[in-house]
Amino acid sequence: MTMPARSSLLGALAFIAVAAVAPWMPPWLVSLATIAFANALVVLGLIILWRTGLVPFGQALFYAIGAYAVALIGRYTSVRDVFVVILAGAIFAGIAAYLVGFLLARYREIFFAMLSLAMSMILYGILVKTETLGSTDGFHVEAGTFFGYRPQGVWLNLSIYWLVLGFSAVMAWLVSLYFRSVAGSLSNPIRDNEIRVEFLGISVDRLIHLKLVVSGILAGIGGALAALAVQHVDPAMAYWTTSGGFVFVTILAGAGSVGAAFVGSLVFELVRSIAIDLVPGEWQMILGTVLLLTILFLPEGLGSLYGRLRRRKDAAS
Amino acid sequence: MLTAFAIVTDGLVYAAYLFLVAVGLTLIFGVMKILNVTHGSFYAFGAYGAATAAGIWFDRGLPDAGGFLFMALFAMAIGLLIGIIIERGTLRFVYGRDEVVVVLVTYAIFLILEDVIVLIWGPRSYAAYQPMVAAGSIDVGDLTLSIYDIGLVVLAGVVAAAGRWALKYTRYGRLLTVVIFDRETAAAYGINVTVVYTVTFLIGAMLGALGGAVMAPKISVTLGIGVEVIVLAFAVVAIGGMGSVEGALIGALIVGISRAAAVHLVPQLELFVIYAVMALVLGFRPYGLFSQVQPRKI
Repeated sequence: MTMPARSSLLGALAFIAVAAVAPWMPPWLVSLATIAFANALVVLGLIILWRTGLVPFGQALFYAIGAYAVALIGRYTSVRDVFVVILAGAIFAGIAAYLVGFLLARYREIFFAMLSLAMSMILYGILVKTETLGSTDGFHVEAGTFFGYRPQGVWLNLSIYWLVLGFSAVMAWLVSLYFRSVAGSLSNPIRDNEIRVEFLGISVDRLIHLKLVVSGILAGIGGALAALAVQHVDPAMAYWTTSGGFVFVTILAGAGSVGAAFVGSLVFELVRSIAIDLVPGEWQMILGTVLLLTILFLPEGLGSLYGRLRRRKDAAS
Repeated sequence: MLTAFAIVTDGLVYAAYLFLVAVGLTLIFGVMKILNVTHGSFYAFGAYGAATAAGIWFDRGLPDAGGFLFMALFAMAIGLLIGIIIERGTLRFVYGRDEVVVVLVTYAIFLILEDVIVLIWGPRSYAAYQPMVAAGSIDVGDLTLSIYDIGLVVLAGVVAAAGRWALKYTRYGRLLTVVIFDRETAAAYGINVTVVYTVTFLIGAMLGALGGAVMAPKISVTLGIGVEVIVLAFAVVAIGGMGSVEGALIGALIVGISRAAAVHLVPQLELFVIYAVMALVLGFRPYGLFSQVQPRKI
C-alpha cells in the first residue's frame, strides 16, 4: 500500500475506535475529548500556517467568531440544527479571516504573530465592552438538534462527541488532501525561500491569504463545536491565552502529520486538567515548562516520535 | 481650550509611560532580533518589587526623596537578577533558531514567571500609592497636575536622551550599533557578539523593570499586568519601527496623544484607538516609521 493510503486507513480505524468506545467512557473523559478534538481542528489550521513558517498568536479571533455566531443564531433565530449553525460559524470566521488577511498576509514571522494577536485582542475588547453580549460573563448557548432530533441527558453529550469526531475525520481528510495539493506542497518552499517561489510565478501573498482563510474556517468550526459542547460562550474564547494554548498544542504536536494534532490536543487537555486538579495555582508553570522542554529537546513535536520509532524499526529489519 | 490642554498633558504622561516600557523591548529586538515576551514579566516583577520596596521604605517613615530611588533601584536589581537567569539559563541555547521559535521560548518563560509571581507575592493585589501622595500636585489654571506625572515625563526624556547619547557617543554604544546593522560582520571584526547580547538583554531587563517600578504607584499592582504591557509595547514599537529608539519615542507620542484624545472626546473608542493608529501607520509603512530597509536575500 502507498504511504498516504496506509496512513488514511490507520486514521480512519483510529477514529472508528474512539467513536465506538464512547458509551463506555466515563462522562468526564467524553467531555474532555470533545473539547480536545474541537480544539484540534483549530490546531490543524495552525499547522497549515506553521508549515509556511507563520505562527498566529491570535487564532482565538476566529475561534471566538465561530462560537459567538452559533450562540447568536440560537439567541435571535429559531434555527437549532447543528449542521446549519456550524456552517454559519465557519462562514463568518472565513469572512473575518478574508478581511484581516488583507493586512496580515503582507507580514511574516514576528509581525505576523503579533498583529494577529492585536486583532484578537480588539475582538476581546469589543466583547468585554458589549453589554448585550453578556460582557465578561458571556451567555448561554441553546442546545442543538440533529435533523430535528433532540437528544436528551447522556445522549446529548455523546451526540456532540460523535459530531465533533465526524467533523474531525472529514476535516483531517480534507487537510491531508490539501497538503498534497500544489498550494499545500508550496508551504515548505515558502518557508525556506519566498523569493524563489515568487520567481516560479506564484504570488506568495495570495497563497498566504488563502492559507489564512482556510485556517480561519477551521478555527471557526472548532469554536462552533466548542460552543455547542460547552453550551456557553464568553470573551475568554478570544483572549490571548486561548490563542497561546493553540500555539502550545501545535508545538507539542509538531507540524509533521494531521493525526498528531488530535493526539497533541488530547495530551494537552489531559495535562491541563491534571495540572489544574493537582496544583491549581501553578498550572501555568507546568505548561510553560512542558513547552520549554518540548522546544529544546523535541523540536519536531510528538509526531516526530512516531517517525523516529519507525525509522529505527526499518533500520533494524 | 481646557480639553486641548488636558489632552496634551494626559497624552504626554501616557506617552512617557509607553516609552519607558517600550524602549527595553525595542533595544533587545534591535540587537538580538528577539521579540522578548518576558518583557511583560520584567515589567510585572518591577511593579511588584517597587510595591514591596515602597512598603519597606515608607512604613519606616524614612525621607520621601530616598524612597523614589530605593523603589527604582530595588526593581532594577530584580530585573537584573531574572535577566541573568533567563539569558544564561535558557536563551543562549536557542540563539540562531527561527525567530518565531525564540518568541515561543520567551512565551514559555513568561508563563512560568507568571506563577513565580504568585508564589512570591501571592494572589492579592498591592497598592504603592505613597510616592504619588509624597510628590503632591500643583494647579495650572483650572487643571490639577500631579508632580509625580511631571516627573515621569522628565524621566522618559532623560532615558531617551541618555539612550541616544550612549548609542552615538560611547564605545559600547558604537559596538552595539555595529551589531544592530550586521551581526556577522561585527563578529568578523572581532566584536564579542555573545557578550554584547548578554549585556543588551540585561539592560533591556532593567529598563522593563524600571517601567514597572515607575508605574506601580499609578496602578493597582495585580496579577496579569504583564500581559497588557506586551501587546501595548509591541504596538508602540511596531509603529515606530522595531529596533529603533527614536521610533519608540515617536510611536509612544503618537499613541499617547491619540489615546488621550479618544478618552476626552469619544471615550467608547479608548480600547481600539491604539490598534486603529497601528493599522493606519502600518497600512502606509508596513514595517513602521523608522524601519531599516531589509535587503532581499535570494
